[in-house]
Amino acid sequence: MSLTSQASRRNRANSSERTTIEETRTDKIFLIGVRVMLWIALIAVALPLIYIVASSFSSASAVSAGRVLLWPVEPSLRAYQEALGDPAIVRGYVNSIIYAVGGTLISVSLTIAIAYPLSRSTFFGRNVIMTGLIFTMLFSGGLIPTYLVVQDLHMLDTRWAMVIPSAIGVWQVIIARTFFRSTIPDELYEAATLDGASDLRFLWSVVLPLSKPVIAVIALMYVIFQWNSYFDALVYLKDPALYPLQIVLRNVLILNKSGADASDLAGKLEQQQLAAVLKYALIVVSTLPVLVIYPFVARHFTKGVMVGAVKG
Amino acid sequence: MSGTIEVNPAPPAPVVQQAVTSVRRRRPSRRTAARRSFRRHWQLYLLIVLPLAYFVIFKYIPISNAVIAFKDYSPVKGPWGSEWVGFKNFELFFANPVFWTLLKNTFGLALYTVLASFPIPIILALALNEIRQGVFKKTVQLVTYAPYFISTVVVVSMTLLVLSPRLGFVNDAIGLFGVPAIDFLGDPDYFRHIYVWSDVWQTTGYSAVIYLAALAGIDPALHESARIDGASRLQRIWNVDLPGIMPTAVIILVLGVGNIMSIGFEKVFLLQNPLNLAQSEIIATYVYKTGLLNADFSMATAIGLFNSVVNLFLLVAVNFAAKRITGNGLWS
Repeated sequence: MSLTSQASRRNRANSSERTTIEETRTDKIFLIGVRVMLWIALIAVALPLIYIVASSFSSASAVSAGRVLLWPVEPSLRAYQEALGDPAIVRGYVNSIIYAVGGTLISVSLTIAIAYPLSRSTFFGRNVIMTGLIFTMLFSGGLIPTYLVVQDLHMLDTRWAMVIPSAIGVWQVIIARTFFRSTIPDELYEAATLDGASDLRFLWSVVLPLSKPVIAVIALMYVIFQWNSYFDALVYLKDPALYPLQIVLRNVLILNKSGADASDLAGKLEQQQLAAVLKYALIVVSTLPVLVIYPFVARHFTKGVMVGAVKG
Repeated sequence: MSGTIEVNPAPPAPVVQQAVTSVRRRRPSRRTAARRSFRRHWQLYLLIVLPLAYFVIFKYIPISNAVIAFKDYSPVKGPWGSEWVGFKNFELFFANPVFWTLLKNTFGLALYTVLASFPIPIILALALNEIRQGVFKKTVQLVTYAPYFISTVVVVSMTLLVLSPRLGFVNDAIGLFGVPAIDFLGDPDYFRHIYVWSDVWQTTGYSAVIYLAALAGIDPALHESARIDGASRLQRIWNVDLPGIMPTAVIILVLGVGNIMSIGFEKVFLLQNPLNLAQSEIIATYVYKTGLLNADFSMATAIGLFNSVVNLFLLVAVNFAAKRITGNGLWS
């Protein structure tokens, strides 16, 4: 039973009952006010997004003349061709995919490997370990002490630095552990033991197949985190060949370092105008993978956050 | 899952209680119980070795490495071999005029963020809760939630583009009213507003979801009886909905205030430019510059440690106050 459908049923029940009592005039006016407010919120959030997408499909001259607002003017795919033809951007894209896939595999495996034992009541010392984990959420050694560890492990300027130092999120451990505890009954474990299953066998053949929803949720959280993060790369990487997309984006979008060689003097003005559109196209290209999957996963995402949040 | 969901982002309370009961139950043969558990479930202990090693190496060794805050760190001698200097780094930092600027900027920015991003999601959730299920409600939720998934780098560059004096539509819009173009990013006074309101833009929809779940958990019978007594919608929001989401709201506020000092490095760093540095230099960005750009490891660690300790202290204090006032807190 999903949370949202339950919530919606309750709302529907509310509204059908509401028809039995006539809405008063103040309530009607109040409802109109509520709708106006929601429209304002909707427009405020959507307008910048639409503006970016519209600009990215417009011609360079239309964008620099400020003629684009909600719809592409002089439609053009030039910016996309430029963006996808830039070797630095393509390399960033590939690197980000590697980090997102590899990092998520590592993160999910490690998270399950710690969350499952901690969910079992027969595991000795689980409360001490849990307290130890939660403490790391409240207090950390800081940037430099962590940097020193990564340096000592010779991970600086390697792909490992992108996937290992932030591999496990305590929050995700809590979510997985709560799920295991609330959905895998002890009787199931006892039955499996009677059939001769070991702990690992039980985890592999019974718990994991039953836990697909929560595994999907934490995997999504890790994927999106990896895709969007740039801090670890900023601190640990110096070799441009290893840069993830977000660092490339930062260089192009915020520091205005052109990805491509802008040595072509003849087309300099055009180049300059194109640079602006290129930014819009880059934003769309880099955010698209996340926003395309988002409507399908938003519900599960919320549910996952709630699972971790249920008391007990 | 039932309607009695309570949001509690860090649930150490039951853990602590369990620890107490299990100790009581097992005290007579705690050691034998442990030995039996090891023997029977050795696979589980094997499984947990790697993730535990991760926490020791990447979370606890850094905490011990933080000792270099009290030392004159030399890479050759390592964190423990370096010379002790006591509180010299801290004294230097507190005596540095930049200390007060950093403190003012960090606190100001974080406080403003909490004040703005605490009530707005509640208002959005209450409004969404008032209207009937349908396409409009779904659309509002889906659209307002979306920015949460956009990366910080992209949000910052969108902000820069939209506010840019030459290209952005914001200046076009205020131009319609005859206001001359404003260089939002060149003026340090605008920095805080840009930071906070782009944050509100990005996170309101996401935060509202938590409140919507709490609102869904309110007993419909309460609304029923209030309506029979003639309560208007506004009165029901005030007397039924708000008390219903209070525990959730308190926890989120505690977390918000408790994390005041750990305000995000990522976004501030990206929004910084030489023109707005007077307002935009915060402790986290200063630590990065001192430590990694100027390679003054000991000083950077000292500043970071100062930050962590103040943060922990704030969290505990705010939690204590919240429990005193409302009876709700992160831990009991």
